[in-house]
Amino acid sequence: MSFSVTDPTPRTKWFAGLAVALYALITLMPLLWIIATGFKSPADSIAYPPKMEFQPTLEGYVNLFTTRTRIKEADLANLPPADTWYDRIVREQGQIIAGPSRYGERFMNSVIIGFGSTALCMILGTAAAYAFSRFRVPLKDDLLFFILSTRMMPPIAVAIPIFLMFRNLGLNDTHIGMILLYTAVNLSLSVWLLKGFIDEIPVEYEEAALIDGYTRFQAFCKVVLPQAATGIASTAIFCLIFAWNEYAFAVLLTSGTAQTAPPFIPTIIGVGGKDWPAVAAGATIFLVPVMVFTILLRKHLLRGITFGAVRK
Amino acid sequence: MTFTPIDKAARATPPAMARRIRGLSDRTIAWIFVAPSIFLLLAVNIFPLIWTIRLSFTNFRVNRPNNDVEWVGLRNYQRILTDEGTWATMQATAHFLIWTIVLQVLIGFALAFLINKKFRGNDLWTTIIVFPMMLSPAVVGNFWTFLYQPQIGLFNYVVAFFTGADPASFSMIGDVMLAPRAIVIADTWMWTPFVMLICLAGLRSIPNSIYEAAECDRASKWRQFWTITIPMVLPFLMLAVLFRGIENFKMFDLVVQLTGGGPGNTTTLTSIDLKREAFEKWRTGYSSAYAVILFVTVFGLASIYVKALNKVKER
Repeated sequence: MSFSVTDPTPRTKWFAGLAVALYALITLMPLLWIIATGFKSPADSIAYPPKMEFQPTLEGYVNLFTTRTRIKEADLANLPPADTWYDRIVREQGQIIAGPSRYGERFMNSVIIGFGSTALCMILGTAAAYAFSRFRVPLKDDLLFFILSTRMMPPIAVAIPIFLMFRNLGLNDTHIGMILLYTAVNLSLSVWLLKGFIDEIPVEYEEAALIDGYTRFQAFCKVVLPQAATGIASTAIFCLIFAWNEYAFAVLLTSGTAQTAPPFIPTIIGVGGKDWPAVAAGATIFLVPVMVFTILLRKHLLRGITFGAVRK
Repeated sequence: MTFTPIDKAARATPPAMARRIRGLSDRTIAWIFVAPSIFLLLAVNIFPLIWTIRLSFTNFRVNRPNNDVEWVGLRNYQRILTDEGTWATMQATAHFLIWTIVLQVLIGFALAFLINKKFRGNDLWTTIIVFPMMLSPAVVGNFWTFLYQPQIGLFNYVVAFFTGADPASFSMIGDVMLAPRAIVIADTWMWTPFVMLICLAGLRSIPNSIYEAAECDRASKWRQFWTITIPMVLPFLMLAVLFRGIENFKMFDLVVQLTGGGPGNTTTLTSIDLKREAFEKWRTGYSSAYAVILFVTVFGLASIYVKALNKVKER
C-alpha cells in the first residue's frame, strides 16, 4: 500500500464521513417525507405533531387514480358489498368511485413527450455532434455558441411567440408540438455533451474503416456509434430527465390533451381540502424513476449538468 | 487540413470514381448532419426571438386580435425601465440570486471538501446528496408548501423543535419577511449538490504532488488551503456560480409553485412577473419588450460564461 504525507488521517476521514452522512440524511428528509406521506391517510398526513409512525394505507394512491363522490351513510349501507380492494378503501372514507382521474393520462403524456423528444433529440444531436467533432464546419465555434445560447433564454420569454406560433400552426396542446419544443430545448445539451464524447473516440478507428472501404456514413454507423454508446445513453437519460421535469412550457402551452404530469400534480385536490397523500403519491410515482436514473448516471452526472464543460 | 491516407487515395482517383468509392462527400455529410438541428433551433428559438423583438415595438394584445396594432417605438421599453414595480422585481431577483449563490457555494464547497477526504462510502453519500437536483422543481416545490405549513409542516416542526418557538406562530410562505427566505432555503436544498459536484471535480483535479511539495516546504494546512486549494478550485467555482446565476435568473418553476410570487410581490422574480404580464394581463407588446430586456441580460451572462468555460478548459 502506498503511503503519502497528504493522506487524511483516519480521524479526519471519520469526521468528514459523519458530517457528510448527516447532511445527506437532512437533505433526504423532504424526499422521504414525500414517499411517507403517500402512504398516510389524509388525517395522519395533517396530524400535529407530524407523524413519523403511522398505519400505512394505499388511500393516497387510490385517491390519486380515481375521482370520487361522497354519499350518505344510509345509501352506502344499501350498496352491494365492495368487490375490489380499492372499492373498499374508498368506501371506508364514506365515498364511492365516480371514475378514473386524469393522472394516468397525464403520466402517459409525460412518457410519450419525454421519450419522443429524447429520441428525436438523440438522432439530431448525434448527427450534429459528429459533424462538429470531425468535419470542418464553417463558423463552427459561432454555431456551437449559438446552440448553447438557446439554452440560456428564459423559457417564459420565448414562450410568448411560441404560443402565438403554435396557435397559428395548430400545435398548441398537442404531443407533436411539445415533442418538437422539448427537442429544441434539449438540443443544446445533447450536441455539447455528445461532441465531447465523440471527441474522445480516436479518429484512427474511422480512418481504418475508411481504408477498409467503408463509406463515411457506414463508418459513422458501424464504428463511431458503438464506440459512443455509453455517451449516447447517458446523454439520452439527461434529455429524458429534463423533458420529464420541464414545467414552464408545459404549464403555458398545454392544458388538456398534451398536459404533462408536472403542471398536473400540483392541481390535485381532494374532496374538501387539499389531498396531500394523493399529491405525494403522484409525486412519488413521478420522482422515483428519476432517482433510479440518477443512480445509473452517477458516473456522468457532472458532465451532464455542466454541458460537458467539466469532465472527470 | 490533414491528409489521411484515404484522402490521398481519393485525390489520386478520378472524382466520379472517388464519389462512388466513398459515397457522399464529407462536406455533404457535414451539411446533412448539422442542418436539421440548426433548422429546428432557428424555427423554435430564433424565429420566435425575432418575432418577440418585433412585437416589443407594438401595443399588440393576444386577447384582442382585432384591435389595430400600432407601432409605439420605444415606449414599452421606457415604461418598463421607469416602472417601480419592475425595479422591485429586479431587486427581489437580485436578493434571491445573491443569497442562493452565497449559501450554495459555502455549503457546496464545504461538502465537496469533506467528500474529498475519501472516507469509505463517499460515492454512496454523494449519489444520495445529488437526488434533489435531478427532480422536477415544480413537483418538489409544490410539496415544499406542505413542509412549510404552519403547525403541521415538517419544516416548521423541526424549526420549532430546535428553537422552542410555536410551530403555528410562523408561516414561511405567508409572511412578507419569511417568504423570500423560504424560496432561498428550498432552492439551496435543491441546487447545493450542483455546486458540490463541480467543486469536487475541481478538488480532484489538483495533483497530489503539489500538496506533497508544500508539505516538504512545511507549509501549514491552513496555508496550503488558501494558496493551493482555493486558487485551483476557483475556476470551477466560478463556472458553478455562473451556471447557478443564469439558472436562477430564469427561475420560474420552483418559486411559482412555492409562493406564486406572493405574499404581495415579495417573491415575484422576473420570470414570474413576465408570466403575469404576458399570460394573465395579456399585454403582449409590453411583455415582449420585457422579454427582450431579459434576453440581453442573460446573453451578457452567457458570454461571460463561455469565456470562463474556455479558461477552465485551458487548464
